[in-house]
Amino acid sequence: MSTPTAPGLPPLSEPTAWHTISLTVNGEPVTAQVESRLLLSDFLRTRLGLTGTHTGCEHGVCGACTVLLDDAPVRTCLTLAVQAAGAELRTVEGLTQDGRPLTPVQRAFHEQHGMQCGFCTPGYVMTCTALTERACRPDDDTVADELSGHLCRCTGYQNIRAAVRQALDERYGQQEETS
Amino acid sequence: MKPGPFDYAVPDTLHEALQLLSGTERDTKVLAGGQSLIPMLNMRLARPELLVDITRIPELGRLAVGDDGALRIGASVRQTAVADDPVVREGWPLLTTAITQIGHPQIRNRGTVCGSLVHHDPAAELPAAALALDARFTVAGPGGTRTVEAADFFLSTFATDVEPDEIVTEVVVPPQPAGTGWAFQELIHRRGDFAGVGVAVLLRRTGERVGAARIVFFGVGSTPVRVPAAEQALIGSGFDAEATVAATRAALDPQGDVHAGAEWRREGAEVLLRRALAEAWERTA
Ligand code: FES
Ligand code: FES
Repeated sequence: MSTPTAPGLPPLSEPTAWHTISLTVNGEPVTAQVESRLLLSDFLRTRLGLTGTHTGCEHGVCGACTVLLDDAPVRTCLTLAVQAAGAELRTVEGLTQDGRPLTPVQRAFHEQHGMQCGFCTPGYVMTCTALTERACRPDDDTVADELSGHLCRCTGYQNIRAAVRQALDERYGQQEETS
Repeated sequence: MKPGPFDYAVPDTLHEALQLLSGTERDTKVLAGGQSLIPMLNMRLARPELLVDITRIPELGRLAVGDDGALRIGASVRQTAVADDPVVREGWPLLTTAITQIGHPQIRNRGTVCGSLVHHDPAAELPAAALALDARFTVAGPGGTRTVEAADFFLSTFATDVEPDEIVTEVVVPPQPAGTGWAFQELIHRRGDFAGVGVAVLLRRTGERVGAARIVFFGVGSTPVRVPAAEQALIGSGFDAEATVAATRAALDPQGDVHAGAEWRREGAEVLLRRALAEAWERTA
């Protein structure tokens, strides 16, 4: 990944308006100059070209912009790029590569048809990926709570729930039907 | 939905952070998790000139139980870290429950306990929990450090007893006496929304009677509202839920807004109170 630089630095009003940050994105070290006010979502999309992270509402309501920051799902529209200095980020692009198999979570969304337009999907996939990385299987209420942080305007949610269930079954073993 | 321009500083020490806040004409805001502040920046409801990020100050990241048995939550401790802590769940289950009702996990992974308290949305969970639990705040400023009781801390919507050149460094939650029963309930339209109305109840038992009670509502005014008349009605009557509900009805004057109407809130407060009293009593020992 090439190291991006600030596009034509504007004259600075204050010395703290721009910052150099170093972080890890999908396993690759990145160093970049960013404006204080740049949202992490915009940093990923416009500066690194990682447009798999979507922005729906840009005020923390929809969850489309969710990535894993030090392994925890967070909203990148509610995080400044400067706040991510030193962090390890994983975005949907980092899950697999062209020509390589899908991850079990991605495959579950594919097989259960857990998407229609796909706008919300990267966010769901990242939250669901974190759910498969726990020490033990999260209970149904925890899963519902995690999914409540995402909105989908298309699917009616049932296929998303089926996809999450498939991914969790594959990771932790089958669970008896409880709901 | 992009913030206006601002400068950003990320000090390593509290001293440095306080210096950045003091003696400046600039509109300066403290940034911790940002889950309340950044939406306001994005919508340009807030246009600060300088943000001081306090999350890299080591002493503010502590979560510990002190020698006096009180829980101390540093200013940069994330909500998830507190909610997941087994010591907190054991000693302050009302706090754990209140936190797990804030927003969504993706928000709590970034948001801090102190940040939500200082922001003070009157429909938020934590101010009511802090008032119910008799929490106190350590506030550092240019002249030194002071302590503010929760009862004095919440002034009105989005306003707390913190000056622009001060930083809340921790919230301190006293130990709960053994056998305290508790309940924390809220009515919301969708999971993760701000509560239309909510209640925190703490009860202690003396034999078959209520020995001590604490009843705090949220979403019914510009601050969390403690209802001493309801507490007295409960204690004086042994355990008369209806007398307590009647005292509450007389004391509360909720207003309607875009989230819920006044009548819905009034009715909801009474329904929640009945449920919470039963649940808290059940948990007393
Ligand atoms: S774009 Fe971040 S939550 Fe909607
Ligand atoms: S698939 Fe279209 S928003 Fe979810």
